[in-house]
Amino acid sequence: MDWAVETVDLVRTFKRKGKPELRALDDLNLTVHNGEIFGLLGPNGAGKTTLIKILVTLLYPTSGKALVAGYDVLKEEKKIRPLITMVSGGETSGYGILTVFENIWIFSQFYGIPSSEAKRRIQYWLERFELSDQASTRVNRISTGMRQKMNLVRGFMTDPKILFLDEPTLGLDVHVAIEVRKAIREWVHEKQGRTVFLTTHYMAEAEYMCNRLAIIDRGKLVVCDTPANLRSNLEMEGSFMLTLAPASDCESAFAILPGVKSASLIKKDPDNGSATFELFLEHESVISSVVAEISRLGLTIKDLTKKAPGLEELFLKIVGRKLEAHE
Amino acid sequence: MNEPSALNEMRAGVNLFMRAMWGRAYVRVVGASRELSWFINEILIPILAMTAYVFIYRAFGAPKVYESLVIVGSAMVPFWLTVLWSMAAQFYWEKEVGNLDIFLISPMSPMALLGGMAIGGMFLSLTRVVAVILAGALLFHVPFDLTRPIAGVLVLLLTMTSLFSLGAMASSVFFLVGRAGMKINLILMEPVYLLSGFYFPVKNIGFLLSMAASAIPLTLGLDGLRQCILPNGPALGFLSVKIEIQILAIMTLAYTILAAKFFSYMESLGKREGRATLRWE
Repeated sequence: MDWAVETVDLVRTFKRKGKPELRALDDLNLTVHNGEIFGLLGPNGAGKTTLIKILVTLLYPTSGKALVAGYDVLKEEKKIRPLITMVSGGETSGYGILTVFENIWIFSQFYGIPSSEAKRRIQYWLERFELSDQASTRVNRISTGMRQKMNLVRGFMTDPKILFLDEPTLGLDVHVAIEVRKAIREWVHEKQGRTVFLTTHYMAEAEYMCNRLAIIDRGKLVVCDTPANLRSNLEMEGSFMLTLAPASDCESAFAILPGVKSASLIKKDPDNGSATFELFLEHESVISSVVAEISRLGLTIKDLTKKAPGLEELFLKIVGRKLEAHE
Repeated sequence: MNEPSALNEMRAGVNLFMRAMWGRAYVRVVGASRELSWFINEILIPILAMTAYVFIYRAFGAPKVYESLVIVGSAMVPFWLTVLWSMAAQFYWEKEVGNLDIFLISPMSPMALLGGMAIGGMFLSLTRVVAVILAGALLFHVPFDLTRPIAGVLVLLLTMTSLFSLGAMASSVFFLVGRAGMKINLILMEPVYLLSGFYFPVKNIGFLLSMAASAIPLTLGLDGLRQCILPNGPALGFLSVKIEIQILAIMTLAYTILAAKFFSYMESLGKREGRATLRWE
């Protein structure tokens, strides 16, 4: 099968002065299908940017293999480069003294696109991103959000087979980030065979955009699946929010309830004497026996809701810490 | 590969090279008219330095030709500044703002990038050179002898090409050394003004030192240009203009080849060690 991206036992190490060698990627095996939006999730320092830099031919692997569009990043970089572009979040690339239009046009020339065709494409993408009004504005006078949209226009304009996006919504306002995500999704679906390889540490972004997700931590692949499958794995365990009264008798009760893996106290309400817990069950089907047991113990159930788990919880469960945690 | 497809591939390669080169040159060609700080840095300051030297020579009662000599030297100051700061150190800035990553992953040849930087730089410098010479000639009414225009133009062109090839070569080295490159530039600035004879005939520093200084194309370029456009210029010359033209042509070729080799080596080293993509602290 032809993959857009394939890595086999990929390793990248960095030497550090006075410190042990850093293993940024550790025997990483990944495959990305043609035509999908593939998300790579991980905390800062997990190896996401290192991987993307290897895939776009900016960094050599220490060992193992990385193929992009079927070409080896080490030996066939000249075949890869016309097929890819990369846009990074918080990117300040371009020349402030030139206008938005001129900046994008310059980069189109680095791909050999005839000037008239480049101008047509730029106009089209500027309109799509509602940037046409800023086409003649110098880049050093536009906002961060506009600059990031300009960078995305640069990425789309060369019509790459594979678009690498390294944290593309980093530091953007919420509404600009939503616009950017929408545009990326539309771009992929407009033409068959376009692939997006996206790194992010925003769970919501990954869930909304990606066909498949891989979570890496300390350079190792932790899990790779569709967002729905990842979530359903988590749901098997069942997570509920339960409010009981009287609060004083609750905590000891959980120890003897069958099917309860753990219970965490969320809050106590002294006004009505209740306490709210997050319950983790072995399986959600045991909830009926748990409810029956609680009633038998003389406790009153004030509220019971099924907690819809997100990928944030999945990450916490798999990696053992929150996604935002910095290394 | 059959012939037509090989030919098409070659055409596409040339097309990409030319477009990429023009794309990179465009920044400087167009930017020159938008950033007026260059007027202070590259015209006003050289004119002030030139004025000081002209008055020193006048105070000493030196022949008038020495004033012309100073004007030509001052006119070449922007060349050296452009080579140091807009060629050699350029990759440092490109890396800092994130352009270098985009350049390196694009399909263009690095030589197109270096060529574009050089062409843009030459255009910028040339406008400054003309401005300083005109200002000097008008302010101090110094004589010029334009009876050897072809040799003069040839010397100027070869000085530019060899200088910018040297700058391209240096930029590949600076690619990895980062901020230390700024210090190297500062160290190189003033001594080259002295060694290349910006404000006096270079042969006055002695044959051996002049020969050593000739590794920087500016030395022979300045000397050759003065011989071509100043009255009594040949009497002040270090080597004959013909020999200087030949040496400048060889330097252009050698520095261009070395620039390509250096870039390739440095890029590979940078990717291996991770320094090509990491920004400097």
